[in-house]
Amino acid sequence: MIEIKNLHKSYKVGKNSLHVLKGINFSVKEGELVSIMGSSGSGKSTLLNILGMLDEADEGSYTLDGVPIKNLNEKLAAQYRNKFLGFIFQSFNLINYKTALDNVALPLYYQGLPRGERMERAMSYLEKVGLADWSTHLPNELSGGQKQRVAIARALASHPKVLLADELTGALDTKTSYEIMDLVQQINDEGKTILVVTHEEDIAQMTKRIVNLKDGVIIDDKKIEPIRASAHV
Amino acid sequence: MFSLERWQEIFETIGKNKLRTFLTGVSVASGIFILVILLGIGEGMQNGVEVQFQRDAENKVSITGGITSMGYGGLNPGRNIQLVLDDFYTAVQNSDFEIEFQSPLYRVWSGLASYGNESGSYRLEGVYADYQFLEKASIIEGRYINPIDQELGTKNVVIGNRVKKDLFKDKSPIGEFITVSGVKFKVVGVFTDPGGERSETRIFMPLKTSQRIFGNGEDIRSISFTLPKVADYDLALFQSQEFVNKIERQLRSKYNISPLDNSALYISNNIENTKEIYTILNTMKLFFWGVGIATLFAGIIGVSNIMLIIVKERTKEIGIRKALGAVPMSIVGMVLHESIFVTAISGMFGLILGLLLLESVGPFIDTEFIVNPEVNFNVAVSTVIILIIAGAIAGFFPAWRGAKIKPIDALRDE
Ligand SMILES: Nc1ncnc2c1ncn2[C@@H]1O[C@H](COP(=O)(O)OP(=O)(O)OP(=O)(O)O)[C@@H](O)[C@H]1O
Ligand SMILES: [Mg+2]
Repeated sequence: MIEIKNLHKSYKVGKNSLHVLKGINFSVKEGELVSIMGSSGSGKSTLLNILGMLDEADEGSYTLDGVPIKNLNEKLAAQYRNKFLGFIFQSFNLINYKTALDNVALPLYYQGLPRGERMERAMSYLEKVGLADWSTHLPNELSGGQKQRVAIARALASHPKVLLADELTGALDTKTSYEIMDLVQQINDEGKTILVVTHEEDIAQMTKRIVNLKDGVIIDDKKIEPIRASAHV
Repeated sequence: MFSLERWQEIFETIGKNKLRTFLTGVSVASGIFILVILLGIGEGMQNGVEVQFQRDAENKVSITGGITSMGYGGLNPGRNIQLVLDDFYTAVQNSDFEIEFQSPLYRVWSGLASYGNESGSYRLEGVYADYQFLEKASIIEGRYINPIDQELGTKNVVIGNRVKKDLFKDKSPIGEFITVSGVKFKVVGVFTDPGGERSETRIFMPLKTSQRIFGNGEDIRSISFTLPKVADYDLALFQSQEFVNKIERQLRSKYNISPLDNSALYISNNIENTKEIYTILNTMKLFFWGVGIATLFAGIIGVSNIMLIIVKERTKEIGIRKALGAVPMSIVGMVLHESIFVTAISGMFGLILGLLLLESVGPFIDTEFIVNPEVNFNVAVSTVIILIIAGAIAGFFPAWRGAKIKPIDALRDE
């Protein structure tokens, strides 16, 4: 599903250049639930942003679902994001003047679906994350956990190949984090490929594979038997 | 660009951002409002100047038959030069210039008109429809003589405001019959004339009717014309002199008038006396255009500033939308579409408000300097359209920049 080879990325900071990713080789198969770990500043978000086509690598190759991701213009990148990827952010990134339902329906607008179908599908995903009763609420009327559920529903609604989540439990307390991870595991059980960036060990233990990043290189990559979040809820 | 989906999206955004929309709207609406009032006052001042200087169209030329003062071609002096309708048509046909308004005139110096118990003595004039504009008369009620009246020789008359007050008091005269020198005429309109009281003690009827009832064959008193206005005074003067000289030459040869005889034809060429008006009007036009354009410019800057703020404020949202699959053009479209829509609606609102104010307050303005302040509707609408286009152009760059921000940077924006 995901195949990256020799990925490099540097940031320009003033006159200096900061080499953040120093040759990452890594692949993810369909149906995997992978966590990317590492200390702060190790390049986790940078890697995820490149995978999400929100940012570009300086060097190396990236193939997503058999499609080489290379020299994309803005338009093509947007279309690929819409078609292949669902994002879940630490800060939720919901549009604050849109209701939960309209937020979930937004990626479908960019897929060109007619309004009726958009609303229907958005509603079914809100149901799936257990927020059917909250569909007409604005984000600031929802709790952190509820906001993240809306964001997950939004990420799923466009039927992406891969879900990319950056610190998706970072703004949540432990109990709510586990509820969200329970949802993530259920979605993975249905076959969706999911990448989770986290620096919390207990969250990582709830995935099937842990990739450890340090100073821009992968120092460790192991499969584990995930702990079911439902056991802790 | 104009898909239903986009409109739904726009209405949603506008509905949920009422304050922002309101502020944009108010700034655009007040800009247009001020512009309209300004143009109205400008127009009113121009009208004021015109009224003060000129009772008839300032470019009117007319030729009236007189009495010869010297013998010529074997004919005696003291001969009466009586123009006929044919002279009018000859002049029109042989004109080297396009003619704006044209009318012959037949005049009865005094006729007794009565309605019920009221009566008075008024001047009767038979004319064509264009005569209204040659005299700068405006209709208060009903209509002027029209070409059908002339064609059919109807017994319809348009009366001056003074005549109306004398005969009808406060009653509407439209459709009523008055008796003029023993003949019944139907009143179809009331006019007012910047020439004042004296000009409003006249009764106009179709030329054909006046000739048939009061006249002598094809005799007419005078012929009058205007040429289309040109902004340059010297050119206007030159054209009107050329025009009138040609008519004069033809009449002199037809009626055997000595080239030196100055009393056989009375020629009045208003333009010869209006150099000051041209100068004043041109200066005023320049001034109001200058102020108008400056206002427009301020409007453009206002709109583009607001657009910049909108885009800035929406950077994070733009980032989210991009992450969800919005292509750059759709971001540009979204921002522009919303702003053009809001600008158009509020611009129209300001326009209508301004027009209403002029319309309601204008007639009560009682000064010699401002007369009938009004705005040419086309000018006002073009102004709105220009503002929208300018706003779109001014807004395009912020919108484009918003669309060009890398999604990762936009998402980081707080
Ligand atoms: N836009 C940028 N410009 C310059 N430097 C950047 C930029 N983004 C990230 N960096 C730097 O790159 C390095 C890696 O950042 P990144 O966000 O990938 O770390 P991370 O592993 O996600 O850390 P955290 O756990 O704190 O989120 C950091 O040193 C950071 O300061
Ligand atoms: Mg990070």
